[in-house]
Amino acid sequence: MKRVVLACEVNGARITAEVEPRTTLADFLRDALAFTSVHIGCGHGVCGACTVLVDGRTRRGCTTLAASAHGRRVETLEGLSDASDPVIAGLQRTFLDHGGLQCGFCTPGILLAARELLARQPAPDRAEIREALAGNICRCTGYGPIVDAIAAYVAEQAE
Amino acid sequence: MTGHPAPGLRWRRLLAGRGRYLADLAVKGAREAVFLRSPHAHADILSINVTAARDAPGIDAVFLHDDLSKVLKPWRGTHGLFPGMAAPEQSALAGKRVRHVGEPVAIVIGESRSACEDALELIDVDYEPLPAVGDIEAALAEDGVPIHAEAPGNVCLEAEKRSAGVDAAFAAAELVVEAEFCFGRHTGIPLEPRGLIAEYEPGEGSLTVHHSHQCPAAMQEAFAELLGLDAHRVRIVCPDVGGGFGIKQQVYADEMAVAAAARLLARPVRFVADRLESMASDIQARHHRVRGRLALDRAGRMLAMDADDIHAIGPYSQYPRSSAGEGRAVLSLTGAPYALDEAAARSRAVFTNMGMSGHYRGVGHPIATAVTEGLVDLAARQLGADPWDLRRRNFATYGKDCAPSALGVSFEHLPFAACIDVLEAHHPRDALHAWRGAARERGLLAGYGLAVFIEMTARGPAFYGDGNVRISTRDYCTLRLEPNGSIAGHASVTEQGQGVETGVAQIVAETVGVPLDKVRLVTGDTDSAGHGGGTWGSRSLAIGGSAGAEAARTLRAEIVEIAAGLLQRVPAELDIQDGEIVDQNGPSGLGLAEIATLAHFRPHELPGGCQPRLVASASFGPLDAPFRAGCGVQLSCVEVDPETGLVRPVRHAVAHYCGLVVNPLLVDGQFKGGVAQGLGAALTEELLYDSEGQLLTGSLAEYRVPMAVETPDITVHHVHLPGEDNPDREALPRYAGVGEAGTVGASAALLNAVNDALAPESAALWRIPASPQRVLAALDPEE
Repeated sequence: MKRVVLACEVNGARITAEVEPRTTLADFLRDALAFTSVHIGCGHGVCGACTVLVDGRTRRGCTTLAASAHGRRVETLEGLSDASDPVIAGLQRTFLDHGGLQCGFCTPGILLAARELLARQPAPDRAEIREALAGNICRCTGYGPIVDAIAAYVAEQAE
Repeated sequence: MTGHPAPGLRWRRLLAGRGRYLADLAVKGAREAVFLRSPHAHADILSINVTAARDAPGIDAVFLHDDLSKVLKPWRGTHGLFPGMAAPEQSALAGKRVRHVGEPVAIVIGESRSACEDALELIDVDYEPLPAVGDIEAALAEDGVPIHAEAPGNVCLEAEKRSAGVDAAFAAAELVVEAEFCFGRHTGIPLEPRGLIAEYEPGEGSLTVHHSHQCPAAMQEAFAELLGLDAHRVRIVCPDVGGGFGIKQQVYADEMAVAAAARLLARPVRFVADRLESMASDIQARHHRVRGRLALDRAGRMLAMDADDIHAIGPYSQYPRSSAGEGRAVLSLTGAPYALDEAAARSRAVFTNMGMSGHYRGVGHPIATAVTEGLVDLAARQLGADPWDLRRRNFATYGKDCAPSALGVSFEHLPFAACIDVLEAHHPRDALHAWRGAARERGLLAGYGLAVFIEMTARGPAFYGDGNVRISTRDYCTLRLEPNGSIAGHASVTEQGQGVETGVAQIVAETVGVPLDKVRLVTGDTDSAGHGGGTWGSRSLAIGGSAGAEAARTLRAEIVEIAAGLLQRVPAELDIQDGEIVDQNGPSGLGLAEIATLAHFRPHELPGGCQPRLVASASFGPLDAPFRAGCGVQLSCVEVDPETGLVRPVRHAVAHYCGLVVNPLLVDGQFKGGVAQGLGAALTEELLYDSEGQLLTGSLAEYRVPMAVETPDITVHHVHLPGEDNPDREALPRYAGVGEAGTVGASAALLNAVNDALAPESAALWRIPASPQRVLAALDPEE
């Protein structure tokens, strides 16, 4: 199959690659670059486990073509971990304390969705937090502990 | 330590996106497998042409039924306790006939998933469609289509329990309430789909399978048996597993085909299901229709209950556990929380041309609970009794010296009354009535519902063992004192996120007397852990934790003995606390690191000239009781919009008893997640098939699991019995499992809440999911 050139920034590094036009961004990030925090839960844009940031905004990696990231800045949870992003670092801490995860498969997507919410609305209430998670399925926790963890981070910031 | 809300030991890594799930594993030279699946629910295969697919670029092989049968046996899901059960032969790939949509017909192996998918389109299958059984009625219809010649009436298994006087009790009763309950077909949806990588080494006759699975030891048995290999040369390794819920407890035809293909090719073969094939091929569950009756006297004393259950399985009995499990729960638990004089239950599992059925979180418990509790609320309404009071006055008393339930099941002491008292103390009925009244004034229908539940956890060998099914009800733990004074070991419990690894490590840490971070347990690898059951039936912590405690006690005893020699003391005067040897005066100055250094590197300096062992193993499983039971009461509060029929759960609470709570954070997590799955089952989740057996819900857009917005806050209240928080250190503590308890009662409580909301309109609904259409139909049957 014909390939197209893809040049973009992924987690701070300049990347140039050739991809099939049908390759999804999630598959490209996982298979070519080994950013395996991008999880394929449904492959049809419902569950949010493949959430990544494109030019700072959350996108579904499974329904975004890799070629469409040409010239853009792509980030995955790997690029925001290791304390490089204070919001993610804070959320990782409160998720740990409140049991905001179990199997961890939805967790990267949830963290990125929460970070986007907090950038938009630094002091969300519980209903706003739940609303912001409307694109992410968690099958383990029943969501309450995730909401608790995000609310605890918000409370810490208010202190 | 136990009782402490320690976070899961894998969580820091998972929170950094550093989980290693099956699809993340790099295996040099691994080929991808993709399946051609049947588009028909029931059809004869007249011919298959794979020539073009085999020649397609990047394709190594295309295998059909006869190719795999050279190395792979077919199987039957029999159970020795049910010799009358119909268990037709099943094979990894369909041979002459397909019996459900999604049944694997061909496996394509190639360099990439996309190359294999391209090749799939080149396979030409000529099907002759047959009439299909697409629902419960069709399975039992007089002129119904028989799915198997050996089961002409489509009945897989019929089982019944009936106390002697049940008919007379109903005939003489002052009040009999009756309803027909319908349960949608559900599945578990672990967010990580099923998957495996199989590698066969012909030089050793060995098979290694990296497997997203809950029960690696059971799979070792199954792969060995069906592939004709020595079980001790079969290794199953479970990486991080993204949820299980019973879905990853089974033997799957497609997974067997992957192992057979790996054997034929002598190359590693990987298969990861996509969501569409998960919807069609993951096991399905809970598709029941139950006619239930409850007899009472006018004063509100419950006298008798009966349930007549029809359970739609798929086209085969599940191998190796069989399809007896859900019906067995109905036969064990109907009416069980209450002191009944008489009871009867009958369950019929019927074959259909729908997807395979198996064990999803709760296995039949949610059915028995919803029927029982629905009937209790129906009786309360007819009697004008309060649902709290009616339950309280009828609770059964169980225990060592008490009679079994009316269906003949003996339970341990179950503190129903303590649970309902704790629940009501936190959620007083006056406040509930005030909330309900206010919502009704706002034009909403509002109601609350209770559900008393029993969960039979941590089973002993009386079901699988006695039924000649090779499923272990034991767990195993080995612990070593490492040279740095820490404790490392292996356990046969397995982790899918629930945190059992953390719970067992807490028990080990406390029993030995070291901080939690000095314990490291490796799980999920049959090459290192002894044979054990893994995750099913809410068993892991209760059984695996007991094995861990036993091994830890033995290792601690040796450490104390070595310390006593070094300190010239008697062992009984010494203890280990926080990794230090202490006596009644405090720290002795000797720590585990010093003892371990001596024992590993200068053992000749140890007094007495003995060989240090520094390792202890234990295997544990219940021998004295068929199961350990937990119990509790759930409360659901809902608002129903009379215009749209939408049910909105606004609050959910659980008061439960599970013996000793090892880790409240993880126990709460099990309840909250379990309740959410039960609420999903009651509100939105349903696998729909049309009458031709076509699956209509092939994606997560159609099979709707709960999202954050529609899931209420769930509160969990632990009920403790006096004396239990200070267990005897020398006796095994009493743990009951909690993995399924949330799911067991949640649908029942929600359905009761919906009916409480509908009651002022003289409407009732006994079907889940309680979708808007069904609620509207219940409100206006004429529409």
